[in-house]
Amino acid sequence: MTDTWIILGASSTIAKAFTRSVAEQGANVVLAGRRMDDLQATAADAQARGAASTHPVMFDARDPATFQTIIDVATAQGGTINCAVFVGSMPAQDAIDADPAILDGVIADSLTGPARFLQMLAPVLQENGKGSIVGVGSVAGDRGRVGNYVYGAAKAGFATYLSGLRNALGRHGVHVLTVKPGPVDTAMTEGLGPQPFMTTADAVVADIHKALGKKRNTLYTKWIWWPVMTVIKLIPEPIFKKMSI
Amino acid sequence: MTKKSYTGWGRALRANGDLTRPDSTKNMTANAPAIGNRRSYGDAALNDAQNAIDMTRIDRIISFDRDAGLLTVQTGITLGELARVLAPQGWLPSVLPGTGFATVGGAIAMDVHGKNHHHKGSFCEHVTDITLIQGNETRKITPKNAGLWKATCGGLGQTGIITEATLQLTPAKGDLMLVTEQRAVDWDHHIALLDSSDAPYTVGWIDATATGTLLGRGIVEEGETCRGLRPTLRGAKKIPFDAPHWALSAPIVKAFNAAYYRRVPKSGRTVVRPIQDFFFPLDKIHDWNRLYGKRGFHQFQCVVPLDQSGALRAMMETIAGSGLASPLAVLKRMGPGRAGYMSFPMEGYTLAVDFPNRPQARDLIARLEKATVAAGGRLYLAKDALSSGAAVKAMYPDHPKWAAVAAKADPDGLLQTDMTRRLSLRTPT
Ligand SMILES: Cc1cc2nc3c(=O)[nH]c(=O)nc-3n(C[C@H](O)[C@H](O)[C@H](O)COP(=O)(O)OP(=O)(O)OC[C@H]3O[C@@H](n4cnc5c(N)ncnc54)[C@H](O)[C@@H]3O)c2cc1C
Ligand SMILES: NC(=O)c1ccc[n+]([C@@H]2O[C@H](COP(=O)([O-])OP(=O)(O)OC[C@H]3O[C@@H](n4cnc5c(N)ncnc54)[C@H](OP(=O)(O)O)[C@@H]3O)[C@@H](O)[C@H]2O)c1
Repeated sequence: MTDTWIILGASSTIAKAFTRSVAEQGANVVLAGRRMDDLQATAADAQARGAASTHPVMFDARDPATFQTIIDVATAQGGTINCAVFVGSMPAQDAIDADPAILDGVIADSLTGPARFLQMLAPVLQENGKGSIVGVGSVAGDRGRVGNYVYGAAKAGFATYLSGLRNALGRHGVHVLTVKPGPVDTAMTEGLGPQPFMTTADAVVADIHKALGKKRNTLYTKWIWWPVMTVIKLIPEPIFKKMSI
Repeated sequence: MTKKSYTGWGRALRANGDLTRPDSTKNMTANAPAIGNRRSYGDAALNDAQNAIDMTRIDRIISFDRDAGLLTVQTGITLGELARVLAPQGWLPSVLPGTGFATVGGAIAMDVHGKNHHHKGSFCEHVTDITLIQGNETRKITPKNAGLWKATCGGLGQTGIITEATLQLTPAKGDLMLVTEQRAVDWDHHIALLDSSDAPYTVGWIDATATGTLLGRGIVEEGETCRGLRPTLRGAKKIPFDAPHWALSAPIVKAFNAAYYRRVPKSGRTVVRPIQDFFFPLDKIHDWNRLYGKRGFHQFQCVVPLDQSGALRAMMETIAGSGLASPLAVLKRMGPGRAGYMSFPMEGYTLAVDFPNRPQARDLIARLEKATVAAGGRLYLAKDALSSGAAVKAMYPDHPKWAAVAAKADPDGLLQTDMTRRLSLRTPT
């Protein structure tokens, strides 16, 4: 049966690579994002690569009024409905320090927006009794670091949300995969200079498909971030609070 | 924008400068040269101490007419990606060079050739329109824009940033190749096999270490697309570090080549391969250029007219006698097809050989260059790192026409690269 993929935050670099991969498998793709011209271009690219159909739809994580249409468009395609969440934003921590009002938006983009969307979508997948949800968090959510703890808090919240959603939907045949990328060479990291264990969007996507195939619950990509974060999580708080990593 | 130290594929020449890597052409102006995946060996894609625009993130398919085989793309997309996506749908780019990492922009700016040059001509002969950014203006050109078209195809990116192009594709029977391999026992046999080949795709691997009666021996590969059960693709390998200098020393290369030659039985053989393995055999080993160690390497590639195969044989004799060649050496018969003033192809034979970057090799390449000129041939700028402006201008008789169009298209010389400066290509004489 044809897959239908809702891509939330479809203009993200990683989302584009993911869209290509499912288009080449002949899926219907629902491209949800806030830059329609970019979504149109991604749609044409996906169509040429073999997508069964493409549907650019307006999505603003900060405006829940945009959510229902996306779900309606997806259900109209039929097939197995799946959703991959790439939306997120990472303003510099010092920008947030200077203007605390920015914080609300960061939480909306990475946590409350996508979580509310998935909350609305969950009954549909539960009813279907199948389908997958891919939620992209970040290694930054594993521990609050001095450099980006607001972003980290949003991603931590999202990871916890996904863990609960997995618990709720797993028993109905719906799989939920939490993805925790380390630094990825994308628009988000452009200009930050070389990052440790940097990977590419295509490699992340290949890892996601492998993890989906094996029905893994949590994916660290690159894999090295699993041992690295395991160690970082073990550092006692009295020591960690003096570190700047 | 990030300060970066980067090289051409041969890693012998290096630039330090700013590389911007935009993901769209919005707000782009032609104030710096565009570069692709830097699969050119020398300095064509380098701009030392200045800025360059890396196009590889601007890589979408814009439209695909499946009936007519017309494909419009952003030029940062690679030909390997296009082959992978299109072959299962019954189409292929009409011309594919020996690496799938070449971008469409780089393929246009070098007017690249493939294993089917004798039938299909060069890359740009299958391009129906090109979108250029010149200064702040965006314009679409077709072969009807005669001068500008000919200066853009194979034009080293000097007429503007190439942002989009429409390609006329070639039908493919499937994503597999039916490949026939035959031993060529010596030079004359090799040339005879290439001359008589009528296959859609033909190329000769030449053992550049064989001397005496074995001179010019090699394997002639002929291929055509086919469909069937897909042999499994093996994962890519990586060369994780710069190899020590002896990795490609003469005895090792000689032994490797002999084994490579004997791999094909005396009576020849026919095998089925994934198209990637046929067109891009080296791409499976990522960063194989590191095999040559820190100093890098050079590729010498020339083409000589049909009646000069004797001169090419003499060059081969010099190369084989030097003991400097690497396993990578290719002999091919070219047809007359070329699309631009500065396009490399001419009807004749082309020879490409890799050498480690050492003084003896540079001397040898200088001698080979002289022999090329004497034979009325030319060097390929996608490979060159060592030639001189005077020599190159003499090999490319239409150079003044190209320089005049480039001067008009880029009056302030903002699109110049290390190559155009080294060879003073932007000055007419
Ligand atoms: C293993 C290997 C095998 C090869 N085999 C062949 C072969 O069989 N036949 C053949 O013809 N060549 C061959 N080549 C050479 C290669 O195809 C060319 O060098 C090609 O130009 C590389 O494309 P690129 O995208 O890496 O371009 P780059 O090397 O990055 O750039 C090449 C030139 O194109 C210009 N350019 C790139 N993109 C743009 C753009 N968007 N707008 C304007 N100018 C641009 C650059 O300024 C530069 O002058 C081979 C190279 C390798 C490494
Ligand atoms: N790159 C990394 O190193 C890295 C590491 C770990 C995790 N991640 C996570 O991976 C995901 C994808 O990121 P990326 O690297 O591909 O970066 P990206 O290209 O910057 O993607 C972020 C996307 O989120 C969208 N977005 C932000 N706020 C939005 C809103 N209010 N409504 C709708 N869309 C909104 C952006 O849309 P616009 O295009 O309209 O701005 C953009 O497409 C993100 O969740 C990110 O946190 C990335």
